Amino acid sequence: MHIEIDAIAKSFGGTDALHPVSLAIPSGALIALLGPSGSGKTTLLRILGGLEFPTAGRVLFDGADAMGLSVQARRAGFVFQHYALFRHMTVFENIAYGLRARPRRTRPPEAEIARRVTKLLDLIQLPDIGDRYTSQLSGGQRQRVALARALAIEPRMLLLDEPFGALDAKVRKELRQGLRDIHDTTGLTTVFVTHDQEEALALADLVVVMSMGRIEQVGRPADIRAKPASTFVRDFMAT
Amino acid sequence: MTDATLTHATPQGTSVTTEPRLFRWLLTGTVLALMAVLLFAPLLVVFVEALGDGIAVALQSLAMPDARSAILLTLTVAVIAVPLNAIAGIAAAWAITKFEFRGKAFLITLIDLPFSVSPVVAGLALVLLFGANSTFGAWLVANDMRIVFAFPGIVLATMFVTFPFVARELIPVMIEQGRAEEEAALTLGAGGWRVFLTVTLPNIRWALLYGVLLCNARAMGEFGAVAVISGKIRGETTTMPIMIEMLYNEYLSVAAFALAAVLALLALLTLVLKSLLEWRHAGLLAATRRH
Repeated sequence: MHIEIDAIAKSFGGTDALHPVSLAIPSGALIALLGPSGSGKTTLLRILGGLEFPTAGRVLFDGADAMGLSVQARRAGFVFQHYALFRHMTVFENIAYGLRARPRRTRPPEAEIARRVTKLLDLIQLPDIGDRYTSQLSGGQRQRVALARALAIEPRMLLLDEPFGALDAKVRKELRQGLRDIHDTTGLTTVFVTHDQEEALALADLVVVMSMGRIEQVGRPADIRAKPASTFVRDFMAT
Repeated sequence: MTDATLTHATPQGTSVTTEPRLFRWLLTGTVLALMAVLLFAPLLVVFVEALGDGIAVALQSLAMPDARSAILLTLTVAVIAVPLNAIAGIAAAWAITKFEFRGKAFLITLIDLPFSVSPVVAGLALVLLFGANSTFGAWLVANDMRIVFAFPGIVLATMFVTFPFVARELIPVMIEQGRAEEEAALTLGAGGWRVFLTVTLPNIRWALLYGVLLCNARAMGEFGAVAVISGKIRGETTTMPIMIEMLYNEYLSVAAFALAAVLALLALLTLVLKSLLEWRHAGLLAATRRH
């Protein structure tokens, strides 16, 4: 799905989190929103997912205005920073949640739900953990379960907020490839937020560098490295 | 610096908590002795006194119409006041923890008001508000709605006194949990009501249970506010605590203590119920603890 961000601005009680920003995300791309904390990248992601509403501007999904769409109707597969898995449910129930939440006439039968959850557990390469509670999982496993849960609703796009932020370096590298593989298999337009420039450059097709609520540069990793558009970008890439 | 660290090194084989054994025994012993004198002994005395003339006499005094109506009234009041306060408490905790709005700090203070105001004052305030002397009260009386010295007044007074219990249990839990899980449920397509039932409520259920149990114990035991607003009409508006006091003042000590024993038993029952639920769900409780 093609996403068009058209002059989106957001202020929280007088402070501007986002100055009007515009950005076109081509269908099927893997995009990184890169910037230090306070740069507005998470706010922009939450606006795409319908969790936050902009003060001005609009978002278009495949050319259609999405501002009237509720968070549920957007069908964005959202992976939260600390995963926000449901603690009182098993991994199976976590992944099945979105399917069970569907209105009765579009809700798949129980056997179909089980089949899809099993398939997703295979996709994240954790086939045997369906009966466990999330507190019994490692950080990396939790992240993958969160990804499977987001994919279960057959989302139109995948939005990830610092998906590797809480993981140690080794697991982070593994899961990076995992996300790349899942993106390539599903072909979903994917936007992830990160403050780690190395991660953004290694993983994304297109990197959007943000600072103080503005977009500093949009480009392919090689271009950003070779031709930083501002001193901020050059300094940020150097750190 | 190295010298200091060396002298602080823990000798092998001892515990890192360095309190001497004697101190630990003294502390534990003092706490146990205090609990025995302050909590256990009075409770024991109530049952000893109630059964002093044999269980038959105690049961006989409980079968008296006044005692029976008091038990029934207390249970009815609790059955109405506790669920209403549970709903109000959830609503208050939800509003405070999930939204930003003006006057939030004021609302938090207001929730604590019943804890700081003497129940007698609360009872008096309700009498003044709903009694025949106020404009509102006069209107109520003219329209044949009796609140003061009647059942609705007792429920109101009980609700006032027990209002904070549920909200105070829930607020810290809901603050700690934040909104991420609810947001996740929303992005997965769940509607507001479904999110509440499948995510919010399961996450707060233990805090809610504690709040409800405490609320219930206090609702059944409330004396001051109910004493003022009920008018103590024997057999009509006398709840168990008030009936106990009346019987005691009339030197009917077996009857008083028998009723007191029932009230204490009801409180103990709530505690047993709580422990039983904790025990039955111990596994799930441990598994779903915050990671």
